[in-house]
Amino acid sequence: MSCWQTIGDYAFRSIGIGERLLPRSDFTLCQQFTLIGSGLIWNLYFGVLALVAGFFLANAVALGKASRNPWARKPAEAFVFVFRGSPLFIQFFLAYETFVMLPRAGIDILGITVETDWLTKAWAGALIVLFLNTSAYAGEIFYGALQSIPKGDLEAADAYGITGWKRFRRIQWPTMLRLAWPAYTNEAIFLFHATTLVFFSGFPAFQQRGDALYYANYFADKTFNPFIPYPIVAVYFICLTLVVTAVYGTINRRLNRHLPQNQRVRIRLRPQVIR
Amino acid sequence: MFASCADPSTLEGLNWLACYLTTGKHLDFYWSFLVVLLLLAVTAPLALGMGFLGAMAARSPFGPLRLLGRTYTAMVRGVPDIVFFLFFVIALDQGLEWTLHQIVCPDWTDPIRQGTEFRVCPEAKIPSGGASAFWYQVDGFVRAVITFALVFGAFAANVIYGAMQAVPKAQLETGEAYGMSPRQVFARVLVPQMWIFALPGLSNLWVILIKATPLLFLLGVQDIVYWARELGGSKTNAYEYPHPDWRLWYFLGLMVFYLLATWASERVLGRLTARLSRGQATAAGEAMRKAGA
Repeated sequence: MSCWQTIGDYAFRSIGIGERLLPRSDFTLCQQFTLIGSGLIWNLYFGVLALVAGFFLANAVALGKASRNPWARKPAEAFVFVFRGSPLFIQFFLAYETFVMLPRAGIDILGITVETDWLTKAWAGALIVLFLNTSAYAGEIFYGALQSIPKGDLEAADAYGITGWKRFRRIQWPTMLRLAWPAYTNEAIFLFHATTLVFFSGFPAFQQRGDALYYANYFADKTFNPFIPYPIVAVYFICLTLVVTAVYGTINRRLNRHLPQNQRVRIRLRPQVIR
Repeated sequence: MFASCADPSTLEGLNWLACYLTTGKHLDFYWSFLVVLLLLAVTAPLALGMGFLGAMAARSPFGPLRLLGRTYTAMVRGVPDIVFFLFFVIALDQGLEWTLHQIVCPDWTDPIRQGTEFRVCPEAKIPSGGASAFWYQVDGFVRAVITFALVFGAFAANVIYGAMQAVPKAQLETGEAYGMSPRQVFARVLVPQMWIFALPGLSNLWVILIKATPLLFLLGVQDIVYWARELGGSKTNAYEYPHPDWRLWYFLGLMVFYLLATWASERVLGRLTARLSRGQATAAGEAMRKAGA
């Protein structure tokens, strides 16, 4: 069987397109590369959607935490505390058990039956957890940035008579993003890393459609040789990290384009991993 | 445990709960919390030591050693740590058994890798074939400690390397001007000063380490996650204490445990930072000086 044929069979195995049976013996390097790469689709799916949706909630959380009104501040603080203070692994377990407890037939709300079955599936349940988790981490980052906006910027806004929503939209928000961006880049990278936990934490892989690490683990279990599949995952993730850094670096350059060269905030990767 | 618990089917209400929560398996569950704390207590200094060595290697004037240190610190950045956890467990296992195999039975002729199996001579098995369940647990725990120390050592190396770079260069040059050898400058000027720069990163790392402990479950140790799943699963009437699926409550308990642990550490570390910042030429130290004046 040629490698092209393997790629054709397994490249989209993780989303249910192509050959149904996984290889059982005589694993080739090509099979391992293809299947693990196919699993990466799930990592991308979880990572991208959680980041995009989480960005909005994170802004809201940061504003809530910075708010003077306790009705906005306390819930935001509690949200950040719970999701940053506990391991993501436990959050996955807890969410899965909660979703399983919901009645199978659905819940009646005002005569409309709301289906709950889909929540126990990884594509929805794990995505919700990752979305909330990244919102809490990014919210804290944005909050920190919001607190470190130079006083002079706000005073200048006052002097020009820019107030309220306009002040936030034109002055505070862009500066907040600019200051937060390097840290937010790290958060994005580690969110992608965190997506590998999904199928190890209660959420079952439907018809063996799992993520990159799920397939790597499958190969390592079958061949009892960790020295091939795990480095393959590592290679894929290093590439993913480079792509994420490049994308965020482009945005960072745009956010900093008005500043003189020596004042720009450089993106530095910092170790901040498991959550 | 209590005499009144002899016949669980007659118990009701609070009595039932008291007996239920003190069964042998629940005591194992409580023990596993101590195992987690023990893991933290053993791993943290080890990882710090690894980090220190890694940072020293990364600063070494000797090329290959510097490359090794840099690779070690860079290794963990791009790759999800759970990959390391899954990888190291098998790699360590096979590495140890292979080494032992070479020492104990040198005249073994069969190939070690036979297709999909990894076969060493029976004497080289770790733990040896007849070992009790306890030793299997100890073995798993030691492997977990080594894995955690290696992975977190790389993170710590990163932090400590940065902290060593942050010590003002003029101070090191002053040391040299006083005729100190490079080793003396390192031990007397650099190391005592770098801790305040390393502390924010290290305290962050400590909280991350706490939050990484559920991964013990993946390493095959009977830790709190294992017991929560085991005890929480629904029990039929064949069991002494039948109950429906209670895993949600067990996991809520774990969540509270972790929230308390991170909350307490953050408070302690905050105090420590304040204590170490006193009299330092940093922003925090300056703020403290102004507040006092």
